[in-house]
Amino acid sequence: MWIYEKKLEYPAKICTTNPKLAKVVITQYGGPDGELAASLRYLTQRYTMPTGRSKAVLNDIGTEELAHMEIVATLVYNLTKDASVRDIKAAGMDGYYADHDKALYFVNGDGVPWTAAYIQSKGDPIADMHENLAAEEKARATYEYLIQLSDDPGVTETLAWLRQREIVHYQRFGETLEHLYDYYGKDHYFFMGS
Amino acid sequence: MKDTQKEKLTKLMAEEFTAIELNLYLDTHPQDKRALELYNQTVDRLYALLEEYERQYGPLSNFGLSPSSYPWQWIEEPWPWEMNFCDREDNEQCGYTKKS
Repeated sequence: MWIYEKKLEYPAKICTTNPKLAKVVITQYGGPDGELAASLRYLTQRYTMPTGRSKAVLNDIGTEELAHMEIVATLVYNLTKDASVRDIKAAGMDGYYADHDKALYFVNGDGVPWTAAYIQSKGDPIADMHENLAAEEKARATYEYLIQLSDDPGVTETLAWLRQREIVHYQRFGETLEHLYDYYGKDHYFFMGS
Repeated sequence: MKDTQKEKLTKLMAEEFTAIELNLYLDTHPQDKRALELYNQTVDRLYALLEEYERQYGPLSNFGLSPSSYPWQWIEEPWPWEMNFCDREDNEQCGYTKKS
């Protein structure tokens, strides 16, 4: 069960009409390291986690990622809502416009649609947690590239906040990985014996 | 949405964010008594702010978690993605100009 809260998790700021920026920010909506992939990855992995703690971490971070997806959508929506067709064409967003007008759709910056192949649910909690640590780092890197591309101060501030959340999630997943090693009573070697 | 409403909502959002952050921390540190105490204090403050905000501006959640006055308030706009918190005074496109 989920309950919707009629507010954003963070007060998203958008100071310009800027389809060129929207065209790249949308990758965090439906791209390989975006928030849809993050939320669905964690929420589907949680079923086969072995402990209350690991189930809670995936449930809660997966839920927070849904709120981040909404923030990214809010950025894209507000960056494009007042754009004219001329603005859209000049921004190179005309291909997207032909298929979706200004509606939100799950694509990366080049219009490639979201696919479940972006995520994995392996049934092996150690493998899943490693995937999640990598996912958070990839999302952090993506936010840094987007901040470099942003010329809207409000959007930059919002992206910086989203980037910070990836760092916190990485930390929580790292602690969960340690907890899983303890649970299984395994040493973790980062090399293979000959 | 008026400035006073926006300010109250922002305060509430900050309080809930504190709860989210402590919640995630407690998931991996369930025996941290100080964090748990902070979490429970945050819950109390958040509940008080929610009650005050919803009484004035209508429900922030549905499905039985908040009551509604007549007529059904849940359908009232703006929806979250229609609220822009850009507060740059020189920017008209924000739709929100901060009053000094």
